[in-house]
Amino acid sequence: MTYLLRRLVFYLLAAWASVTLAFVIPRLMPGDPEATMFARFHGKLDPEAMTALRRTFGFSDEPMWRQYLDYLGHVATGDLGTSVSYFPARVGDVIATGMIWTLFLAGLAVVLSYALGTLAGILAAWRRGRWLDAVGPPLLVLLGAFPFFWLAMLLLFLFGYTLGWTPVRHAHDSQVSPGWTLGFAWSVISHAALPAITIVVATAGSWMLDMRNTMIGILGEDYITMAHAKGLAPRRVMFRYAARNALLPSVTSFGMALGFVLSGSLLTEIVFSYPGQGYLLIQAVRSLDYPLIQGLFLTITLAVLAANFLVDVVYVWLDPRARSRGAP
Amino acid sequence: MNTLRALFRHRRALFGFATLMVFALVALVGPWLVGDPAAQVARPLSPPSWSHWLGTTGQGQDVLAQTVAGARTSLVIGFTVGLAQVTIGALVGTTAAYVGGLFDDACTLVINVFLIMPGLPLMVIVAAYLPTGSVTIALVLVATGWAWSARVIRAQALSLRDKDFVLAARIGGERPLRIVAFEIVPNMTSLLTSAFIGATIYAIGAEVALEFLGLGDVSHVTWGTNLYWASNDSALLTGAWWTFVPTGACVALVGFALAMINTAIDEVGNPRLRAEPAYDAALARAGLRPGLSTPVLRREVR
Repeated sequence: MTYLLRRLVFYLLAAWASVTLAFVIPRLMPGDPEATMFARFHGKLDPEAMTALRRTFGFSDEPMWRQYLDYLGHVATGDLGTSVSYFPARVGDVIATGMIWTLFLAGLAVVLSYALGTLAGILAAWRRGRWLDAVGPPLLVLLGAFPFFWLAMLLLFLFGYTLGWTPVRHAHDSQVSPGWTLGFAWSVISHAALPAITIVVATAGSWMLDMRNTMIGILGEDYITMAHAKGLAPRRVMFRYAARNALLPSVTSFGMALGFVLSGSLLTEIVFSYPGQGYLLIQAVRSLDYPLIQGLFLTITLAVLAANFLVDVVYVWLDPRARSRGAP
Repeated sequence: MNTLRALFRHRRALFGFATLMVFALVALVGPWLVGDPAAQVARPLSPPSWSHWLGTTGQGQDVLAQTVAGARTSLVIGFTVGLAQVTIGALVGTTAAYVGGLFDDACTLVINVFLIMPGLPLMVIVAAYLPTGSVTIALVLVATGWAWSARVIRAQALSLRDKDFVLAARIGGERPLRIVAFEIVPNMTSLLTSAFIGATIYAIGAEVALEFLGLGDVSHVTWGTNLYWASNDSALLTGAWWTFVPTGACVALVGFALAMINTAIDEVGNPRLRAEPAYDAALARAGLRPGLSTPVLRREVR
């Protein structure tokens, strides 16, 4: 329990650091950040609303520490200001609509790619030197070298535009009304298929290499030899003895890699015009919607921190040593 | 020197070096051979032909010229950022490991915070406020990426700190700075090199991504802005694959070449990995199944 508590304190610290970064960065920049940030609002907001919006980001005539506390208070209550590009919607509401799609797409793709990559890693290590081990790693390293979004463009061009197998944009057909119907489910799945495949193709390689290398280390352990000597079925030794232990370090790297994978999936969303966080991010960048950029930075970062904490909980659940000793 | 020679005999390393040399040459002299990448030379979006080997962009610019000119900026940014990241990482990592105690705890905390923050949103928020340009992109990449190198370098320095030769130097009364610079860092060259290569791969990819988002100076020709314009001019909708395929292939090829060099360094530095193919062959000759065990070496297998 102390281990989880320590991790929780760390994530809270990281969360505080990112919230503070979002406060400091605009004030460190050359020129007048306030003027840049709110230039787009001129003529849209009346003076009173303008003052309220400024206060959300802590801009006022008060001393810096008051501004900071002001800003912290707004963030803590979930007030992220008003969006320019989706005027007059609140930033919080805009982000909430995108969040569902990102969670769906990135969540699905990450779990799929982790499962597939890990399984391939187990098999490659088990049958070292055979075809999967010989072809898999270099091929996947090559695929991993392509920029995420470029792979997305290529796949979209081939399967979306040229062959016409998959839809080319959005998360579902605009003619199908959202609801718990088969038609809508099919529409959502067919729209998510190609972006998800892109993410899986681009990331499965690193899971596979990770797992393969840990597995090889573990296959040299005495308890594996013992398991073989006891006459256990090879499959049982592979999964119950070797893979189970090799999974532990890979769970940790899973947490570390989440941020990277999420960044890639945001870019993939942009290519597919998938209405998630990534798509909002580029809308915000294109229209210099600073409140939305800040809001997205905060929500995405906090989401990654929360996901990492979940991974830690899973780790403790998987590894009895972490429970008793209080350290990984 | 032995390591270098071994590296040059290594097949994958050789492939990596050769590919990089080609790109370096293209980046160095290419821009003079292909002409002005910004000039409008033909009908927009014309497919590859004899006069324009890779076709033209949505603005009627030569794609080959753009790809070659982009190589120069992108490679310069990539390698500079990689070098800067490793330098900062080495400074923070070795100092933290050597000083230890509370200072180390504080450094580790900062490193971990930077590691856990998702890179792209952080880069976007910094880049959005700064004036656009290549220098901005480079600064943003260094600021958001140094923690990866710092982490591995700190771990290695921590294990070196308690080695006998370092203790001997400390007891001998050497100054801390000298110990770090002459005892610890020289023993990390292979790690530093691989961290540098890793950082460069990351930097090239992230630079392309940021500029693809439109956060760079879009009037500049780089690999990232090439892709930005390709997507802006609806390359996919019009079927103009030649506007984005060459640039992406170049990025991937450079990344792959660097990754190959990295695995080669790993193998050359690790006798176990190096001996594996020979060991497997020996097993196969003896009629045994290769691949189930790792060689334990009494002498080097040749």
